[in-house]
Amino acid sequence: MTDADYHDEGYDDWLAAIEDGDGFYLECENGHGSLPPRRVCPDCGATDLAEVPLPDAGEVATFTEIAVAPPSFEDETPYVTAVVDFGPVRLTGQVRNADGTELVGDDVDVGMTVAPAVGETQTTGERVLVFEPR
Amino acid sequence: MTGVRIAGVGLTHFGEHPERTGRDLFAEASVAAFDDAGVDRDDVEELYYGNFMGELAEHQGHQGPLMAEAAGVRAPATRYESACASSGTAVRQAVKDVRNGEADVVLVGGAERMNNLGTAGTTEALAIAADDLFEVRAGMTFPGAYALMARAYFDEYGGSKEDLAHVAVKNHENALPNEFAQFQREITVEEALDAPTVASPLGLYDACPITDGASAAVLVSEEYAAEHDVDAPVSVTGTGQGGDRMALQGRGHLARTPAAERAAEEAYADAGVDATDVDVAEVHDCFTIAEVLALEALDFYAPGEGIGAARRGETTRDGDRPVNLSGGLKAKGHPVGATGTSQVVEMTRILRGDHPNSDAVPDADLGVTHNAGGTVASTTVHVLEVEE
Repeated sequence: MTDADYHDEGYDDWLAAIEDGDGFYLECENGHGSLPPRRVCPDCGATDLAEVPLPDAGEVATFTEIAVAPPSFEDETPYVTAVVDFGPVRLTGQVRNADGTELVGDDVDVGMTVAPAVGETQTTGERVLVFEPR
Repeated sequence: MTGVRIAGVGLTHFGEHPERTGRDLFAEASVAAFDDAGVDRDDVEELYYGNFMGELAEHQGHQGPLMAEAAGVRAPATRYESACASSGTAVRQAVKDVRNGEADVVLVGGAERMNNLGTAGTTEALAIAADDLFEVRAGMTFPGAYALMARAYFDEYGGSKEDLAHVAVKNHENALPNEFAQFQREITVEEALDAPTVASPLGLYDACPITDGASAAVLVSEEYAAEHDVDAPVSVTGTGQGGDRMALQGRGHLARTPAAERAAEEAYADAGVDATDVDVAEVHDCFTIAEVLALEALDFYAPGEGIGAARRGETTRDGDRPVNLSGGLKAKGHPVGATGTSQVVEMTRILRGDHPNSDAVPDADLGVTHNAGGTVASTTVHVLEVEE
């Protein structure tokens, strides 16, 4: 179910931008952050949304080491999923070492600084948002 | 606006029934509810039915008319889907219809078949209640989502896995005499702490099981109850629903549940009561941390204070305000689409005095039910009161 063999306009383009080092989020005139695809600010209803560069790094707001995964992630357990605070937006992804060495929950702390990147899942080869410890 | 009486309630056994179809489960619960109510099926004017994952588990959409047929009612029927809050939202619609005079008799309930998919298949199916693009594709599971909330709670307010273990122990103990419960067995804090990790900091005993089952209730107007001499001592006096951002990452707070806070405020105001009036509660403990978040959202405790409630014995059957006397989702089981109405079923029996755990709260006359969907992007709260 997580393998989409179709293109999700907005989302897939956003992921590709992160992969290219051009990560962004959307911001309305009142400074509320959101993520694409988005036509209306979910906070205030503003319809004029601009692409703003995503900060190079964020802070882990919370994380978990997942031991029991659905079939589409069965080859990656255990893996660490985190919600990372980038200021006006938070993002959810997997925490991985940039050099490919194994990372477990004990290696991660709330408040840790991480950088966004795009990797592949081991099970299905799907692109996945990852966070690399700085 | 007329009063809403609960004329009859019914459940199937909650447990592993992988061979039973959703339609058969709901039929059984509805038969029990009509037997309890003594109301003629032909008087039913609407069926509101909750179901979450019927397309994935049974390749079955359009379940409203299927379930009307199964229950033997000829009323128009509509399915409600709000993830784990599906039949909580169905109850809310039923309450509104009766109150507004749109219907005198409504059948409400829900059913879910899950075990036929196995653990991995169910994990994948449940994940569709999360944001597919921004959560599921990152490998977030449902236990993972609540684990993220638990970690955020511990980080902000403190608390421990042991505090959570006390929630599981309490709910297992409450399920012991409940013949409808999936787990009629006690556990210890040590067993809970020694169980394998599912998604840190949550272990196997922090999680509700995978459950097949159904629930049903017959709601009638006060006038109908009087005219037809229906014995219906419990009323629904308050209904509330709150919503929030779909994905956890978009929430204003990771360690609180604003949707449930809004639902509780609305339900209390609707009933003209506040948290101090509540004698007993059935809350959505899909994971132990979820019960803690519910206690705080219902204003039983200030944020950060609910974590120790079970350990301190305040929410146990001997406590000041027992929570989840049915065993909760943790021990009674969680057939997703059936859960919201099943809480109303259990609470009705607790307040009527015919629940095996009614003796824990002999003087209770006001109870609340709290039913949460997804990672609490949807919540319904209902206030039930015994009429004099």
